[in-house]
Amino acid sequence: MSTTTADTVFERPGQRSWLPTVAIWVVLLTVPLWLPWIGGYTALAGRVLVLGLAAMALNFLLGFTGVMSFGHAAYFGLGCYGTGLTLKYLSDSTPLALVAGILLGGIAGTLFGALIVRRRGVYFAMVTIAFGQICYYVAYRWNSLTGGDDGLRGFQRQPLHIGPWLIDIQNNPVLFYYFIAAVFAICIGVMAFLLRSPFGRTLLAIRENERRARFLGIPVERHIWLSFSISCFFAAAAGALYALLNNFADPMTLHYTLSGEIVIMAVMGGMRAFWGPLVGAAVFVVLQDYISSMTVNWMSFIGLLFVLVVLFFPRGLLGFVRAYSEK
Amino acid sequence: MLEAKGVTKAFGSLVAVNNVSLAVAPGELRAIIGPNGAGKTTFFNMITGFFPPTAGEIVVEGRDITRFTAQQRVALGMARTFQITEIFPELTARENVRIAVEVASGYRLRPWLSRTARTRVRERIEEIIASTGLTKQADRRVGELSHGDQRAAEIAMALALKPRILLLDEPTAGMGEQETYHIASLIRRLHKHSGYTIVLIEHDMRVVFNLADRITVLDQGSLLAEGTPTEIADNPAVQAAYLGSAQ
Repeated sequence: MSTTTADTVFERPGQRSWLPTVAIWVVLLTVPLWLPWIGGYTALAGRVLVLGLAAMALNFLLGFTGVMSFGHAAYFGLGCYGTGLTLKYLSDSTPLALVAGILLGGIAGTLFGALIVRRRGVYFAMVTIAFGQICYYVAYRWNSLTGGDDGLRGFQRQPLHIGPWLIDIQNNPVLFYYFIAAVFAICIGVMAFLLRSPFGRTLLAIRENERRARFLGIPVERHIWLSFSISCFFAAAAGALYALLNNFADPMTLHYTLSGEIVIMAVMGGMRAFWGPLVGAAVFVVLQDYISSMTVNWMSFIGLLFVLVVLFFPRGLLGFVRAYSEK
Repeated sequence: MLEAKGVTKAFGSLVAVNNVSLAVAPGELRAIIGPNGAGKTTFFNMITGFFPPTAGEIVVEGRDITRFTAQQRVALGMARTFQITEIFPELTARENVRIAVEVASGYRLRPWLSRTARTRVRERIEEIIASTGLTKQADRRVGELSHGDQRAAEIAMALALKPRILLLDEPTAGMGEQETYHIASLIRRLHKHSGYTIVLIEHDMRVVFNLADRITVLDQGSLLAEGTPTEIADNPAVQAAYLGSAQ
Protein backbone atom coordinates (compact mmCIF):
# COMPACT_ATOMS: atom_id res chain seq x y z
CA MET A 1 0.00 0.00 0.00
CA SER A 2 1.07 3.53 -0.59
CA THR A 3 1.75 5.85 2.29
CA THR A 4 0.35 9.33 2.14
CA THR A 5 -0.61 12.06 4.49
CA ALA A 6 -4.13 11.23 3.71
CA ASP A 7 -4.33 8.68 6.48
CA THR A 8 -4.27 11.43 9.07
CA VAL A 9 -6.94 13.34 7.23
CA PHE A 10 -9.17 10.62 5.87
CA GLU A 11 -10.18 7.70 8.02
CA ARG A 12 -9.18 4.77 5.86
CA PRO A 13 -10.70 1.48 6.89
CA GLY A 14 -8.34 -1.03 8.43
CA GLN A 15 -5.66 1.45 9.35
CA ARG A 16 -4.48 1.59 12.94
CA SER A 17 -3.88 5.30 12.91
CA TRP A 18 -4.29 5.55 16.70
CA LEU A 19 -1.25 3.37 17.34
CA PRO A 20 1.50 5.98 16.77
CA THR A 21 -0.55 8.56 18.66
CA VAL A 22 -0.81 6.35 21.73
CA ALA A 23 2.86 5.37 21.53
CA ILE A 24 4.02 8.97 21.26
CA TRP A 25 1.86 10.10 24.17
CA VAL A 26 3.11 7.26 26.38
CA VAL A 27 6.67 8.39 25.65
CA LEU A 28 5.91 12.07 26.18
CA LEU A 29 4.07 11.59 29.47
CA THR A 30 6.70 9.34 31.01
CA VAL A 31 9.69 11.48 30.00
CA PRO A 32 10.43 12.86 33.51
CA LEU A 33 10.61 9.27 34.80
CA TRP A 34 13.26 7.93 32.46
CA LEU A 35 15.06 10.88 30.95
CA PRO A 36 17.43 11.49 33.93
CA TRP A 37 18.48 7.83 33.73
CA ILE A 38 19.85 8.25 30.25
CA GLY A 39 21.63 11.49 31.01
CA GLY A 40 19.01 14.00 29.92
CA TYR A 41 17.32 16.76 31.85
CA THR A 42 13.69 17.80 31.93
CA ALA A 43 14.21 21.21 30.32
CA LEU A 44 15.64 19.42 27.27
CA ALA A 45 12.39 17.50 26.90
CA GLY A 46 10.57 20.81 27.23
CA ARG A 47 12.64 22.20 24.37
CA VAL A 48 11.73 19.20 22.22
CA LEU A 49 8.02 19.80 22.82
CA VAL A 50 8.28 23.55 22.18
CA LEU A 51 10.27 23.27 18.96
CA GLY A 52 8.21 20.23 17.98
CA LEU A 53 5.09 22.35 18.30
CA ALA A 54 6.69 25.08 16.16
CA ALA A 55 7.63 22.52 13.50
CA MET A 56 4.16 20.92 13.56
CA ALA A 57 2.64 24.40 13.23
CA LEU A 58 4.84 25.09 10.21
CA ASN A 59 3.89 21.72 8.81
CA PHE A 60 0.20 22.57 8.95
CA LEU A 61 1.11 25.01 6.18
CA LEU A 62 4.01 23.19 4.54
CA GLY A 63 2.95 19.55 4.68
CA PHE A 64 -0.82 19.87 4.59
CA THR A 65 -1.40 22.97 2.45
CA GLY A 66 1.72 22.75 0.29
CA VAL A 67 2.89 26.29 0.98
CA MET A 68 6.47 27.00 2.12
CA SER A 69 7.19 29.67 4.72
CA PHE A 70 10.81 30.44 5.49
CA GLY A 71 9.93 32.99 8.13
CA HIS A 72 8.07 31.15 10.83
CA ALA A 73 10.60 32.26 13.43
CA ALA A 74 8.95 35.69 13.18
CA TYR A 75 5.73 34.44 14.75
CA PHE A 76 7.59 32.17 17.14
CA GLY A 77 9.74 35.14 18.26
CA LEU A 78 6.77 37.50 18.52
CA GLY A 79 5.06 34.94 20.74
CA CYS A 80 8.22 34.82 22.80
CA TYR A 81 8.49 38.61 23.20
CA GLY A 82 4.75 39.04 23.72
CA THR A 83 4.85 36.67 26.65
CA GLY A 84 8.08 38.10 28.08
CA LEU A 85 6.94 41.71 27.84
CA THR A 86 3.59 40.90 29.43
CA LEU A 87 5.26 39.18 32.38
CA LYS A 88 7.81 41.93 32.76
CA TYR A 89 5.63 45.01 32.45
CA LEU A 90 1.95 44.14 32.63
CA SER A 91 0.95 41.15 34.68
CA ASP A 92 2.29 38.30 36.77
CA SER A 93 -0.20 35.81 35.38
CA THR A 94 1.47 33.07 33.35
CA PRO A 95 -1.70 32.08 31.42
CA LEU A 96 -2.39 35.71 30.55
CA ALA A 97 1.17 36.17 29.30
CA LEU A 98 0.85 33.00 27.26
CA VAL A 99 -2.35 34.25 25.63
CA ALA A 100 -0.78 37.67 24.98
CA GLY A 101 2.17 36.06 23.20
CA ILE A 102 -0.10 33.85 21.10
CA LEU A 103 -2.24 36.82 20.11
CA LEU A 104 0.73 39.01 19.23
CA GLY A 105 2.36 36.44 16.95
CA GLY A 106 -0.91 35.09 15.58
CA ILE A 107 -2.43 38.44 14.73
CA ALA A 108 0.82 39.66 13.16
CA GLY A 109 0.83 36.53 11.00
CA THR A 110 -2.83 36.95 10.06
CA LEU A 111 -2.35 40.56 8.96
CA PHE A 112 0.88 39.86 7.11
CA GLY A 113 -0.63 36.75 5.52
CA ALA A 114 -3.45 38.79 4.00
CA LEU A 115 -0.85 40.77 2.05
CA ILE A 116 1.09 37.86 0.65
CA VAL A 117 -1.31 34.99 -0.13
CA ARG A 118 -1.32 35.82 -3.82
CA ARG A 119 2.41 35.04 -4.02
CA ARG A 120 3.48 31.47 -4.67
CA GLY A 121 6.49 29.26 -4.23
CA VAL A 122 9.84 31.00 -3.98
CA TYR A 123 8.25 34.46 -3.93
CA PHE A 124 6.07 33.52 -0.98
CA ALA A 125 9.07 32.07 0.85
CA MET A 126 11.12 35.20 0.14
CA VAL A 127 8.58 37.67 1.52
CA THR A 128 8.12 35.53 4.63
CA ILE A 129 11.90 35.71 5.23
CA ALA A 130 11.80 39.47 4.72
CA PHE A 131 9.03 39.95 7.27
CA GLY A 132 10.93 37.82 9.77
CA GLN A 133 14.06 39.92 9.32
CA ILE A 134 12.07 43.11 9.85
CA CYS A 135 10.85 41.74 13.18
CA TYR A 136 14.38 40.67 14.07
CA TYR A 137 15.87 44.11 13.44
CA VAL A 138 13.09 45.85 15.35
CA ALA A 139 13.80 43.68 18.39
CA TYR A 140 17.53 44.09 17.86
CA ARG A 141 17.41 47.89 17.72
CA TRP A 142 14.64 48.76 20.14
CA ASN A 143 16.90 48.55 23.17
CA SER A 144 14.68 50.32 25.67
CA LEU A 145 11.78 47.88 25.19
CA THR A 146 13.30 44.61 24.09
CA GLY A 147 16.79 44.71 25.56
CA GLY A 148 18.25 44.72 22.06
CA ASP A 149 21.01 42.25 21.31
CA ASP A 150 21.15 41.08 24.94
CA GLY A 151 17.58 39.91 24.80
CA LEU A 152 14.71 40.50 27.16
CA ARG A 153 15.50 39.58 30.75
CA GLY A 154 13.98 40.31 34.12
CA PHE A 155 10.83 38.21 34.00
CA GLN A 156 9.97 34.80 35.35
CA ARG A 157 7.14 32.40 34.74
CA GLN A 158 4.80 32.50 37.72
CA PRO A 159 3.11 29.65 39.58
CA LEU A 160 -0.39 28.78 38.43
CA HIS A 161 -3.36 29.43 40.69
CA ILE A 162 -6.22 27.14 39.87
CA GLY A 163 -9.00 27.56 42.42
CA PRO A 164 -7.57 26.76 45.83
CA TRP A 165 -4.55 24.97 44.35
CA LEU A 166 -1.18 26.39 43.59
CA ILE A 167 0.83 24.62 40.92
CA ASP A 168 4.43 25.66 41.24
CA ILE A 169 5.60 25.52 37.64
CA GLN A 170 8.14 28.21 38.56
CA ASN A 171 10.45 26.04 40.62
CA ASN A 172 9.37 22.50 39.85
CA PRO A 173 10.71 21.57 36.41
CA VAL A 174 8.65 18.39 36.22
CA LEU A 175 5.40 20.26 36.82
CA PHE A 176 6.47 22.82 34.24
CA TYR A 177 7.17 20.04 31.75
CA TYR A 178 3.61 18.80 32.21
CA PHE A 179 2.35 22.34 31.77
CA ILE A 180 4.14 22.52 28.40
CA ALA A 181 2.81 19.08 27.51
CA ALA A 182 -0.75 20.23 28.29
CA VAL A 183 -0.50 23.32 26.09
CA PHE A 184 1.17 21.21 23.40
CA ALA A 185 -1.66 18.67 23.58
CA ILE A 186 -4.33 21.34 23.16
CA CYS A 187 -2.53 22.93 20.20
CA ILE A 188 -1.86 19.77 18.24
CA GLY A 189 -5.31 18.45 19.16
CA VAL A 190 -6.88 21.48 17.50
CA MET A 191 -4.60 21.08 14.47
CA ALA A 192 -5.43 17.38 14.10
CA PHE A 193 -9.11 18.14 14.48
CA LEU A 194 -8.99 20.82 11.77
CA LEU A 195 -7.06 18.55 9.41
CA ARG A 196 -9.74 15.88 9.69
CA SER A 197 -12.51 18.32 8.87
CA PRO A 198 -13.93 19.29 5.48
CA PHE A 199 -11.86 22.47 5.83
CA GLY A 200 -8.69 20.41 6.34
CA ARG A 201 -9.48 18.40 3.24
CA THR A 202 -9.73 21.58 1.15
CA LEU A 203 -6.17 22.39 2.28
CA LEU A 204 -5.02 18.98 1.15
CA ALA A 205 -6.81 19.60 -2.14
CA ILE A 206 -4.85 22.84 -2.60
CA ARG A 207 -1.59 21.04 -1.87
CA GLU A 208 -2.41 18.25 -4.30
CA ASN A 209 -3.60 20.36 -7.20
CA GLU A 210 -4.28 24.04 -6.87
CA ARG A 211 -5.92 24.38 -10.28
CA ARG A 212 -8.34 21.54 -9.62
CA ALA A 213 -9.13 23.00 -6.20
CA ARG A 214 -9.93 26.36 -7.76
CA PHE A 215 -12.21 24.80 -10.37
CA LEU A 216 -14.05 22.88 -7.67
CA GLY A 217 -15.03 26.27 -6.31
CA ILE A 218 -12.57 26.55 -3.43
CA PRO A 219 -11.40 30.15 -2.96
CA VAL A 220 -7.76 29.10 -2.88
CA GLU A 221 -6.23 32.37 -1.64
CA ARG A 222 -8.65 32.65 1.26
CA HIS A 223 -8.01 29.08 2.37
CA ILE A 224 -4.22 29.50 2.15
CA TRP A 225 -4.58 32.65 4.22
CA LEU A 226 -6.59 30.79 6.86
CA SER A 227 -4.06 27.99 6.93
CA PHE A 228 -1.18 30.48 7.22
CA SER A 229 -2.93 32.30 10.07
CA ILE A 230 -3.67 29.09 11.97
CA SER A 231 -0.08 28.02 11.48
CA CYS A 232 1.17 31.38 12.82
CA PHE A 233 -1.03 31.20 15.93
CA PHE A 234 0.43 27.82 16.86
CA ALA A 235 3.98 28.92 16.04
CA ALA A 236 3.37 31.87 18.37
CA ALA A 237 2.10 29.46 21.04
CA ALA A 238 5.38 27.57 20.77
CA GLY A 239 7.32 30.83 21.07
CA ALA A 240 5.29 31.86 24.13
CA LEU A 241 6.14 28.55 25.81
CA TYR A 242 9.78 29.08 24.86
CA ALA A 243 9.85 32.40 26.74
CA LEU A 244 8.42 30.67 29.82
CA LEU A 245 10.89 27.82 29.49
CA ASN A 246 13.95 30.06 29.42
CA ASN A 247 12.64 33.05 31.38
CA PHE A 248 14.28 34.98 28.57
CA ALA A 249 13.44 36.26 25.09
CA ASP A 250 16.30 36.20 22.62
CA PRO A 251 16.29 38.21 19.36
CA MET A 252 17.68 35.09 17.69
CA THR A 253 14.22 33.54 18.15
CA LEU A 254 13.11 35.96 15.41
CA HIS A 255 16.03 35.32 13.11
CA TYR A 256 15.79 33.42 9.84
CA THR A 257 18.30 30.83 11.05
CA LEU A 258 15.64 29.58 13.45
CA SER A 259 13.10 29.63 10.59
CA GLY A 260 15.49 27.41 8.68
CA GLU A 261 15.93 25.09 11.65
CA ILE A 262 12.17 24.71 11.98
CA VAL A 263 11.95 23.79 8.30
CA ILE A 264 14.78 21.26 8.77
CA MET A 265 12.94 19.66 11.70
CA ALA A 266 9.74 19.34 9.69
CA VAL A 267 11.41 17.96 6.58
CA MET A 268 13.79 15.66 8.47
CA GLY A 269 11.00 14.18 10.56
CA GLY A 270 8.65 13.82 7.62
CA MET A 271 6.33 16.56 6.46
CA ARG A 272 3.74 14.19 5.08
CA ALA A 273 3.23 12.64 8.51
CA PHE A 274 1.35 14.42 11.27
CA TRP A 275 3.91 13.49 13.96
CA GLY A 276 6.92 13.75 11.68
CA PRO A 277 8.01 17.27 12.70
CA LEU A 278 7.99 16.29 16.38
CA VAL A 279 10.33 13.41 15.62
CA GLY A 280 12.49 15.79 13.60
CA ALA A 281 12.55 18.27 16.48
CA ALA A 282 13.51 15.55 18.95
CA VAL A 283 16.43 14.42 16.80
CA PHE A 284 17.52 17.99 16.15
CA VAL A 285 17.32 19.21 19.75
CA VAL A 286 18.94 16.16 21.32
CA LEU A 287 21.77 16.09 18.78
CA GLN A 288 22.29 19.83 19.17
CA ASP A 289 22.51 19.47 22.93
CA TYR A 290 24.84 16.49 22.75
CA ILE A 291 27.16 17.62 19.95
CA SER A 292 27.38 21.27 21.00
CA SER A 293 28.92 20.12 24.30
CA MET A 294 31.80 18.73 22.24
CA THR A 295 32.20 21.15 19.35
CA VAL A 296 30.92 24.57 18.31
CA ASN A 297 30.47 23.20 14.81
CA TRP A 298 27.43 21.17 15.83
CA MET A 299 25.45 22.50 12.88
CA SER A 300 27.72 20.77 10.37
CA PHE A 301 26.83 17.41 11.90
CA ILE A 302 23.11 18.13 11.85
CA GLY A 303 23.51 19.45 8.31
CA LEU A 304 25.16 16.20 7.27
CA LEU A 305 22.38 14.17 8.87
CA PHE A 306 19.80 16.34 7.12
CA VAL A 307 21.42 15.74 3.73
CA LEU A 308 21.51 11.99 4.37
CA VAL A 309 17.88 11.89 5.42
CA VAL A 310 16.76 13.87 2.38
CA LEU A 311 18.81 11.64 0.07
CA PHE A 312 17.89 8.27 1.53
CA PHE A 313 14.53 8.83 3.26
CA PRO A 314 12.82 11.50 1.18
CA ARG A 315 9.66 11.07 3.22
CA GLY A 316 11.56 11.85 6.41
CA LEU A 317 12.42 9.65 9.36
CA LEU A 318 8.84 8.94 10.36
CA GLY A 319 7.74 8.51 6.77
CA PHE A 320 10.44 5.88 6.39
CA VAL A 321 9.42 4.04 9.55
CA ARG A 322 5.83 4.01 8.41
CA ALA A 323 6.58 2.82 4.90
CA TYR A 324 8.72 0.06 6.39
CA SER A 325 6.11 -1.05 8.93
CA GLU A 326 3.44 -1.25 6.25
CA LYS A 327 5.42 -3.59 4.04
CA MET B 1 -28.54 28.04 -21.49
CA LEU B 2 -25.02 29.07 -22.44
CA GLU B 3 -24.34 31.81 -24.91
CA ALA B 4 -21.17 33.40 -26.24
CA LYS B 5 -21.57 36.69 -28.06
CA GLY B 6 -18.77 37.94 -30.28
CA VAL B 7 -16.06 36.55 -28.02
CA THR B 8 -12.54 37.64 -28.98
CA LYS B 9 -9.17 36.99 -27.39
CA ALA B 10 -5.95 38.64 -28.46
CA PHE B 11 -2.55 37.81 -26.99
CA GLY B 12 -0.62 40.89 -28.05
CA SER B 13 -1.02 41.10 -31.80
CA LEU B 14 -2.02 37.45 -32.13
CA VAL B 15 -5.78 37.08 -32.31
CA ALA B 16 -6.39 33.56 -30.99
CA VAL B 17 -10.18 33.75 -31.04
CA ASN B 18 -11.97 36.20 -33.31
CA ASN B 19 -15.60 37.19 -32.83
CA VAL B 20 -17.03 33.74 -32.05
CA SER B 21 -20.68 33.35 -31.08
CA LEU B 22 -22.63 30.28 -30.16
CA ALA B 23 -25.74 29.34 -28.22
CA VAL B 24 -26.16 26.01 -26.43
CA ALA B 25 -29.70 24.89 -25.59
CA PRO B 26 -30.57 23.12 -22.32
CA GLY B 27 -29.92 19.39 -22.52
CA GLU B 28 -27.83 19.76 -25.67
CA LEU B 29 -24.50 18.08 -26.27
CA ARG B 30 -22.34 20.48 -28.22
CA ALA B 31 -18.97 19.56 -29.63
CA ILE B 32 -16.39 22.15 -30.59
CA ILE B 33 -13.94 20.93 -33.19
CA GLY B 34 -11.29 22.41 -35.39
CA PRO B 35 -7.75 21.81 -36.61
CA ASN B 36 -4.80 22.38 -34.27
CA GLY B 37 -4.40 26.03 -33.37
CA ALA B 38 -8.02 26.83 -34.21
CA GLY B 39 -8.50 28.46 -30.80
CA LYS B 40 -10.73 25.78 -29.27
CA THR B 41 -9.00 25.63 -25.91
CA THR B 42 -8.64 29.41 -25.73
CA PHE B 43 -12.35 29.75 -26.36
CA PHE B 44 -13.06 27.10 -23.77
CA ASN B 45 -10.86 28.83 -21.21
CA MET B 46 -12.84 32.03 -21.59
CA ILE B 47 -16.14 30.22 -21.09
CA THR B 48 -14.84 28.53 -17.93
CA GLY B 49 -13.22 31.63 -16.47
CA PHE B 50 -9.59 30.69 -16.84
CA PHE B 51 -8.97 34.11 -18.35
CA PRO B 52 -11.28 36.91 -19.54
CA PRO B 53 -11.97 37.68 -23.22
CA THR B 54 -10.60 40.81 -24.85
CA ALA B 55 -14.05 41.57 -26.23
CA GLY B 56 -17.52 40.03 -26.26
CA GLU B 57 -19.59 38.51 -23.52
CA ILE B 58 -20.55 35.15 -22.09
CA VAL B 59 -24.07 34.66 -20.82
CA VAL B 60 -25.44 31.79 -18.76
CA GLU B 61 -29.20 31.64 -18.29
CA GLY B 62 -29.52 35.33 -19.02
CA ARG B 63 -26.72 36.41 -16.66
CA ASP B 64 -23.59 38.05 -17.97
CA ILE B 65 -20.76 36.03 -16.44
CA THR B 66 -17.93 37.36 -18.58
CA ARG B 67 -15.96 38.63 -15.56
CA PHE B 68 -16.98 35.96 -13.04
CA THR B 69 -14.23 34.13 -11.18
CA ALA B 70 -13.87 30.36 -11.38
CA GLN B 71 -15.53 30.05 -7.99
CA GLN B 72 -18.55 32.13 -9.02
CA ARG B 73 -18.97 30.06 -12.17
CA VAL B 74 -18.91 26.85 -10.17
CA ALA B 75 -21.59 28.29 -7.90
CA LEU B 76 -23.65 28.99 -11.01
CA GLY B 77 -23.42 25.36 -12.07
CA MET B 78 -20.50 25.27 -14.49
CA ALA B 79 -18.02 22.44 -13.96
CA ARG B 80 -15.06 21.65 -16.16
CA THR B 81 -12.42 19.04 -16.78
CA PHE B 82 -9.02 19.70 -18.32
CA GLN B 83 -7.16 18.45 -21.36
CA ILE B 84 -4.43 17.18 -19.05
CA THR B 85 -6.26 15.44 -16.24
CA GLU B 86 -6.38 17.57 -13.09
CA ILE B 87 -6.95 15.39 -10.04
CA PHE B 88 -5.57 14.94 -6.52
CA PRO B 89 -3.07 12.18 -7.32
CA GLU B 90 -2.08 11.14 -3.78
CA LEU B 91 -5.68 10.64 -2.71
CA THR B 92 -8.00 7.78 -3.54
CA ALA B 93 -10.82 8.18 -6.05
CA ARG B 94 -13.34 8.21 -3.23
CA GLU B 95 -11.41 10.94 -1.40
CA ASN B 96 -11.18 13.00 -4.58
CA VAL B 97 -14.93 12.84 -4.96
CA ARG B 98 -15.44 13.45 -1.26
CA ILE B 99 -13.65 16.80 -1.40
CA ALA B 100 -15.77 17.84 -4.36
CA VAL B 101 -19.00 16.74 -2.66
CA GLU B 102 -18.16 18.57 0.56
CA VAL B 103 -17.25 21.77 -1.25
CA ALA B 104 -20.39 21.56 -3.39
CA SER B 105 -22.50 21.06 -0.25
CA GLY B 106 -21.14 24.31 1.17
CA TYR B 107 -19.10 22.57 3.86
CA ARG B 108 -15.68 23.88 2.83
CA LEU B 109 -15.16 25.91 6.03
CA ARG B 110 -16.84 23.47 8.39
CA PRO B 111 -14.67 22.18 11.22
CA TRP B 112 -17.05 19.25 11.65
CA LEU B 113 -20.16 17.69 10.12
CA SER B 114 -23.29 16.44 11.82
CA ARG B 115 -24.15 12.77 11.57
CA THR B 116 -26.88 13.42 9.01
CA ALA B 117 -24.59 15.60 6.92
CA ARG B 118 -21.92 12.90 6.99
CA THR B 119 -24.43 10.29 5.88
CA ARG B 120 -25.68 12.50 3.09
CA VAL B 121 -22.13 13.14 1.89
CA ARG B 122 -21.33 9.43 1.96
CA GLU B 123 -24.45 8.51 -0.02
CA ARG B 124 -23.73 11.17 -2.61
CA ILE B 125 -20.13 9.93 -3.00
CA GLU B 126 -21.30 6.34 -3.55
CA GLU B 127 -23.91 7.48 -6.05
CA ILE B 128 -21.33 9.40 -8.10
CA ILE B 129 -18.71 6.65 -7.86
CA ALA B 130 -21.26 4.14 -9.13
CA SER B 131 -22.53 6.37 -11.95
CA THR B 132 -19.01 6.88 -13.29
CA GLY B 133 -18.10 3.19 -13.06
CA LEU B 134 -15.36 3.65 -10.47
CA THR B 135 -16.66 1.28 -7.79
CA LYS B 136 -13.81 -1.21 -8.15
CA GLN B 137 -11.10 1.45 -8.14
CA ALA B 138 -12.61 3.71 -5.48
CA ASP B 139 -10.03 2.98 -2.79
CA ARG B 140 -6.92 3.18 -4.95
CA ARG B 141 -4.80 6.29 -5.31
CA VAL B 142 -6.00 8.00 -8.47
CA GLY B 143 -2.36 8.65 -9.40
CA GLU B 144 -2.03 4.89 -9.90
CA LEU B 145 -5.15 4.42 -12.00
CA SER B 146 -5.28 4.04 -15.78
CA HIS B 147 -5.63 7.13 -17.89
CA GLY B 148 -9.28 6.38 -18.59
CA ASP B 149 -10.12 5.86 -14.92
CA GLN B 150 -8.33 9.08 -13.99
CA ARG B 151 -10.49 10.87 -16.51
CA ALA B 152 -13.58 9.19 -15.06
CA ALA B 153 -12.49 10.38 -11.60
CA GLU B 154 -12.12 13.91 -12.90
CA ILE B 155 -15.58 13.76 -14.45
CA ALA B 156 -16.89 12.32 -11.17
CA MET B 157 -15.52 15.38 -9.35
CA ALA B 158 -17.19 17.66 -11.86
CA LEU B 159 -20.49 15.78 -11.36
CA ALA B 160 -20.18 16.20 -7.60
CA LEU B 161 -20.59 19.93 -8.15
CA LYS B 162 -24.15 19.25 -9.43
CA PRO B 163 -23.39 21.14 -12.62
CA ARG B 164 -26.01 22.41 -14.98
CA ILE B 165 -23.39 22.68 -17.69
CA LEU B 166 -20.55 20.21 -17.98
CA LEU B 167 -17.53 21.46 -19.90
CA LEU B 168 -15.08 18.79 -21.03
CA ASP B 169 -11.78 19.73 -22.64
CA GLU B 170 -10.72 16.81 -24.86
CA PRO B 171 -12.04 14.06 -22.61
CA THR B 172 -10.49 11.27 -24.67
CA ALA B 173 -7.14 12.93 -25.40
CA GLY B 174 -4.26 10.47 -25.44
CA MET B 175 -6.43 7.42 -24.84
CA GLY B 176 -6.42 4.01 -26.45
CA GLU B 177 -9.33 2.42 -28.27
CA GLN B 178 -10.94 0.83 -25.25
CA GLU B 179 -10.52 3.79 -22.91
CA THR B 180 -11.96 6.13 -25.52
CA TYR B 181 -14.96 3.85 -25.82
CA HIS B 182 -15.30 3.73 -22.04
CA ILE B 183 -15.26 7.53 -21.64
CA ALA B 184 -17.48 8.09 -24.69
CA SER B 185 -20.15 5.78 -23.30
CA LEU B 186 -19.89 7.51 -19.92
CA ILE B 187 -20.51 10.87 -21.62
CA ARG B 188 -23.39 9.40 -23.60
CA ARG B 189 -24.97 8.08 -20.39
CA LEU B 190 -24.61 11.45 -18.69
CA HIS B 191 -26.19 13.14 -21.67
CA LYS B 192 -29.01 10.73 -22.53
CA HIS B 193 -29.96 9.37 -19.09
CA SER B 194 -29.03 12.15 -16.70
CA GLY B 195 -29.86 14.99 -19.07
CA TYR B 196 -26.74 17.09 -18.54
CA THR B 197 -26.00 19.97 -20.86
CA ILE B 198 -22.51 19.21 -22.12
CA VAL B 199 -20.00 21.22 -24.13
CA LEU B 200 -16.89 19.39 -25.20
CA ILE B 201 -13.81 19.89 -27.28
CA GLU B 202 -12.79 16.72 -29.03
CA HIS B 203 -10.27 15.52 -31.55
CA ASP B 204 -11.62 12.01 -32.11
CA MET B 205 -14.14 12.44 -34.92
CA ARG B 206 -15.91 9.15 -34.26
CA VAL B 207 -16.62 10.33 -30.74
CA VAL B 208 -17.83 13.71 -31.97
CA PHE B 209 -20.11 12.40 -34.68
CA ASN B 210 -21.52 9.69 -32.42
CA LEU B 211 -22.26 11.89 -29.44
CA ALA B 212 -22.92 15.45 -30.47
CA ASP B 213 -26.32 17.00 -31.10
CA ARG B 214 -24.68 19.96 -32.77
CA ILE B 215 -21.12 20.74 -33.77
CA THR B 216 -19.31 24.07 -33.85
CA VAL B 217 -16.25 24.23 -36.10
CA LEU B 218 -13.51 26.76 -35.44
CA ASP B 219 -10.70 27.50 -37.85
CA GLN B 220 -7.88 29.97 -37.31
CA GLY B 221 -9.74 31.57 -34.44
CA SER B 222 -12.99 32.16 -36.31
CA LEU B 223 -16.30 30.39 -36.52
CA LEU B 224 -16.28 28.31 -39.67
CA ALA B 225 -19.54 26.40 -39.43
CA GLU B 226 -22.21 25.20 -37.06
CA GLY B 227 -24.80 22.49 -37.48
CA THR B 228 -25.86 18.90 -36.92
CA PRO B 229 -23.28 16.16 -37.51
CA THR B 230 -24.71 15.42 -40.94
CA GLU B 231 -24.64 19.06 -42.00
CA ILE B 232 -21.07 19.42 -40.81
CA ALA B 233 -19.93 16.25 -42.55
CA ASP B 234 -21.32 17.56 -45.83
CA ASN B 235 -19.99 21.09 -45.45
CA PRO B 236 -17.31 21.80 -48.10
CA ALA B 237 -15.63 24.54 -46.06
CA VAL B 238 -15.15 22.13 -43.14
CA GLN B 239 -13.76 19.47 -45.44
CA ALA B 240 -11.34 22.01 -46.87
CA ALA B 241 -10.18 23.12 -43.42
CA TYR B 242 -9.55 19.56 -42.33
CA LEU B 243 -8.08 18.10 -45.49
CA GLY B 244 -6.28 21.22 -46.61
CA SER B 245 -7.87 23.26 -49.37
CA ALA B 246 -6.81 22.57 -52.92
CA GLN B 247 -7.07 26.06 -54.30
